[in-house]
Amino acid sequence: MKVPISWLKDFVDLDGVSIEHLAHTLTMAGLEVEEIRYIGLPIPSGQQLSKLSGLAWDREKIVVADIREVGPHPDADRLVLCRLYDGEKEHSVLTGAPNLFEYKGQGELKPPIKVAYAKEGAEIYDGHQAGSHKTTLKRTKIRGVESYSMVCSEKELGISEEHEGVLFLETDAAAGTPLADVLGDAVFDIAITPNIARNANIYGVAREASALLGRPLKPMPLEVQADGPKIEGAARIEISEPELNPRFVLGMIRDIEIKPSPEWVRRRLTLAGMRPINNVVDATNYAMLELGEPLHAFDYDVLVQRAKGKPPVISTRRAKKKETLTTLDGVERQLDDFTVLVCDSAGSLSLGGVMGGLESEVTASTRNVLLEGAAWNFINIRKTLNAQRLASEAGYRFSRGVHPAMAERGVNRGLELMRQWASGSVAQGLVDEYPLPPQPSVVEIGPGDALRWLGVELSTEQLSDILGRLGFEVKAKGDALTVTTPDHRLDIGEGVIGKADLMEEVARIYGYENIPATRLGDDLPPQRGNRTLEIEERIRDLLARLGLQEVMTYRLTSPEQETRRLPVGTPPDDKPYTQLSNPISQERTVLRKSLLASVLEIVERNANIRERLGFFEIGPVFHASEAGPLPDELQRLVLALRGPRQPGHWQGGDVGALDFYDVKGVVTALLSGLGVDGLAFEPAQHPAFHPGKSARVLAGEQQLGVFGELHPQVQAQYDLGGHPVQAAALNLDAIYSLVLARFDSRGVPAYPPVLEDMAFVVDETVAAGQIEALIRQTGGKMLSDLQLFDVYRGEQIGAGKKSLAYQLTYQDAERTLTDEDVSKMRHRIVKRLEQELGAKLRA
Amino acid sequence: MLAELDNIHQEALAAAKQVADQAALDEWRSRYLGRNALLTQSVKQLGSLSAEERPAAGQKINQVKQALEAAYEERKAALQADQLQRSLETERLDVTLPGRKLPLGRLHPISQTLRRINVIFAEMGFQVYRSRDVETDEYNFLLLNFPPNHPAREMQDSFYVEGGSADNPLLLRTHTSAGQIHAMREFAAEAPDNPPPVRIVLPGMCYRYEQVSARSEVQFTQVEGLAVGADITFGDLKGTLTDFARRFFDADVRTRFRASHFPFTEPSAEMDVECFVCGGGGCSVCKHSGWLEILGSGMVHPNVLRNGGYDPERYTGFAFGMGPERLTMLRYRIEDIRNFWRNDLRFLEQFS
Ligand SMILES: [Zn+2]
Repeated sequence: MKVPISWLKDFVDLDGVSIEHLAHTLTMAGLEVEEIRYIGLPIPSGQQLSKLSGLAWDREKIVVADIREVGPHPDADRLVLCRLYDGEKEHSVLTGAPNLFEYKGQGELKPPIKVAYAKEGAEIYDGHQAGSHKTTLKRTKIRGVESYSMVCSEKELGISEEHEGVLFLETDAAAGTPLADVLGDAVFDIAITPNIARNANIYGVAREASALLGRPLKPMPLEVQADGPKIEGAARIEISEPELNPRFVLGMIRDIEIKPSPEWVRRRLTLAGMRPINNVVDATNYAMLELGEPLHAFDYDVLVQRAKGKPPVISTRRAKKKETLTTLDGVERQLDDFTVLVCDSAGSLSLGGVMGGLESEVTASTRNVLLEGAAWNFINIRKTLNAQRLASEAGYRFSRGVHPAMAERGVNRGLELMRQWASGSVAQGLVDEYPLPPQPSVVEIGPGDALRWLGVELSTEQLSDILGRLGFEVKAKGDALTVTTPDHRLDIGEGVIGKADLMEEVARIYGYENIPATRLGDDLPPQRGNRTLEIEERIRDLLARLGLQEVMTYRLTSPEQETRRLPVGTPPDDKPYTQLSNPISQERTVLRKSLLASVLEIVERNANIRERLGFFEIGPVFHASEAGPLPDELQRLVLALRGPRQPGHWQGGDVGALDFYDVKGVVTALLSGLGVDGLAFEPAQHPAFHPGKSARVLAGEQQLGVFGELHPQVQAQYDLGGHPVQAAALNLDAIYSLVLARFDSRGVPAYPPVLEDMAFVVDETVAAGQIEALIRQTGGKMLSDLQLFDVYRGEQIGAGKKSLAYQLTYQDAERTLTDEDVSKMRHRIVKRLEQELGAKLRA
Repeated sequence: MLAELDNIHQEALAAAKQVADQAALDEWRSRYLGRNALLTQSVKQLGSLSAEERPAAGQKINQVKQALEAAYEERKAALQADQLQRSLETERLDVTLPGRKLPLGRLHPISQTLRRINVIFAEMGFQVYRSRDVETDEYNFLLLNFPPNHPAREMQDSFYVEGGSADNPLLLRTHTSAGQIHAMREFAAEAPDNPPPVRIVLPGMCYRYEQVSARSEVQFTQVEGLAVGADITFGDLKGTLTDFARRFFDADVRTRFRASHFPFTEPSAEMDVECFVCGGGGCSVCKHSGWLEILGSGMVHPNVLRNGGYDPERYTGFAFGMGPERLTMLRYRIEDIRNFWRNDLRFLEQFS
């Protein structure tokens, strides 16, 4: 909302208060001044809370001047030469302003035309360029006539976009007076949050400024000079649903003359962001901007005509099925059953509280005006605005709540302004239907509430003073204050909510900065911890220690992007996606089902940036739930490796491609780091992975995830570079349940271990896991460690065979092992492997 | 014979001095102490000596032998020391050649910031509570004091999800405040007549219907905080959040609280910290205001307490919410928020 300071000064004395201090004070109290636009006044340098814009007028170079005579240009019809007096001397100033042409050849003008005059070297806006571009006046020649100065338009001065003619000043100021002293102003652009909708008007902002600065607030301008015939009998009101339309007020002015409003009115409206139209429409807008009550002016004679010569009956009702209305903007609107219409006997006139209809609008020939001020249910207005996709100044205010008491005030203010600007006579009295006056909230508060909510000791006098400044009626009885809400606001609740509402007002005006900062002294809650987060953080640390980079990706994706993780032709799973009803782009239409797809996209993004890649992500996937409409959010871990095992080095190194056994190594290290025991690995059947180079990892019966080399067809669907990607997808919810809170440590052995190497030749079909399991089973407690250190295939052992070499560590906690112990064990292992797997000990 | 032994002794010592390396030293040793050495041979001649001469000669042989062996060891040590010295002088590496690269793992910068926030609040007694990404309108809005058609809802553009009902649609949470009600209800259920105090932070991913740009994303993390108890004031809110800012940014940072509006708190406040880039003098980071907007906060609205199972006549509380992306961007002067979910290694590698 745009607030010219000059207008604010009608209601609160701001002498000695700088523009910037006022903006700061309002901002800190919740009326955020987003921008200050300077109209000619000096723009401060240095830091400010608000954004600063606008044009400062040099006091010497931009002044009031008198045009004493307008004469022709020697050889240009579209230019005139003005004889202009700037307070010091006369100048001959060239201009093409059309609004000076009518004075051409009239000789000495009496009185002279007061204009804004920019001298050589003055900085103004370029009137010929769109937007605001500063330019400095320089001496030049136009059509043979020397030019060094200018009579300015509103646009050149930064007042508005108007550049059709020069600005005529309605001022008594003498020529030579700095223009800034006559027209200088600043406009605040204030963000009005929903809780301060009552301040979406000049008077509301003035009330806040008065309360915050401790300066008196002038009363609302409500006097109206009504000396015309009484309104009684001229119109009637019928309200069918008071819940939607609690009040409807009509006033009347007769014998007006439609014409432009005075220059200062037009300028104020312009600065406040509204386009001046004519004196009657401007009066409704001016009253709305000033007091916050939107008004609507009807051409009374049109209404009488529609009522076939009888006094019109204005009624409000819900729209009927399939009813339409053509609004002022020329749009024919389909109405809903909740839309409230203002009607007369001949049909509908306007969308109540939102926008007028075309037919009964004020026109240049209007003589008599019926002026509407009403109150509407703000939720219903909001629904109407949303349904009609419509924004209007009236709708903006009514959809945030305007107190019904403002209806009468607005109408009186509007009538008085019309009387002043359009002459005419105001009818005595109003037609006022007020079926549902709201009950004012009455709240009991005391110093205890300020202490409880704010932590600050305030006396009843202080509380009473603060609330009084905002217009609350406060009655004190001992320590208790009875606070009655004034009839310009609807936001104060009852009971404990009312107390909180009032505490907010007290805190705002008292000043947040005056409330001392304290540390929590309240009881600590029970310490619950967060087990899954703790495990998750351990996983992050373990994987980072293993050299992987964590990534965080979009949880919104599209099915097309996700299908790339599977070979073409893979039958779709039966789990439906969690779909957005209102996606913002084609790439993000659903919540992801696969974290693998997310991570592969990151591998792809970095494929050409680094040769060796190692990523992991922890996050949810979203699967439709059988339990209800909300999807299951399942916690997953995906990791992906690609590239040479070691980064390249000038001395060489292990630059072989990371393979299945690298990703298996990471998975094993992670799970053993988490203390998850009893892991088993089996070949996996997962469409995303190479069928011969992937495995599932189990703990007992429970599958924890799959890992391995990406299926070549999947690899080909991403731009991943040459090396095959190794990936793992683990189910964290399953892993969380296996992580133990504690474990028993083992002592360091006191007796020396015995190391022994053994190699077994077996058929290719025998898995290493079988051999290892059998050795471990046979070795029992005595076998403390078992490491595979070589796998050999070759002529020496024959085709279809392989040799696996292990180092066994024997250890006894109680004594030193003898050669005999070791040899006995060796024989048992050899025998068992031979019997069960056909293994031969290799000599 | 004794004179002869003295000669051998002198000659050997002189020869030892000339020895230049281990091979020569070994040769010297076999020549003077070996089987065929004069000294060794002289033992055999002892038998030809008289019984009176024999002990003195034997003793002399032993003396010479020991002396020569000592000379050998001494010379050997000297040669080794020489050799070491020579090798230290010649074995020189180019220390400017690159070291072997080891893969360094890292957490995502947002993970790092989330951790930092969690840790600071943990030390003030706040524990982490997490809840779901897909929410109902009821938990995301209604119970947080956003009635249907309320103007405040327009400040939050939501992604709606298929599958909800007309009066309780599903959506992607627009703030982690949705978890406030879950947490309060869960705790209140433990003792409905006397619910325990609450001190939690709620980190999580949130979503907003907004075009992606350098300044805004469709998904963003948020950390919400909530403290509810018998005696919690706006002063405590100021103190707690100022303590947080000093821990997170700088021990001397100044904070400022500005009135604001959120439907679920009253009074509401924005907290600004003095710009640590310019020290408050004004710069492009703080848009020349000298202050940086850091978080929104306020006293929990009585309706929200009641919806969570806490009687607003007996309990008060404060809540706050902050954006880890914004905090991270300020801390490291990151210009473009899209860097976070793009995951380009050239960005991520900077945050170890
Ligand atoms: Zn700064």
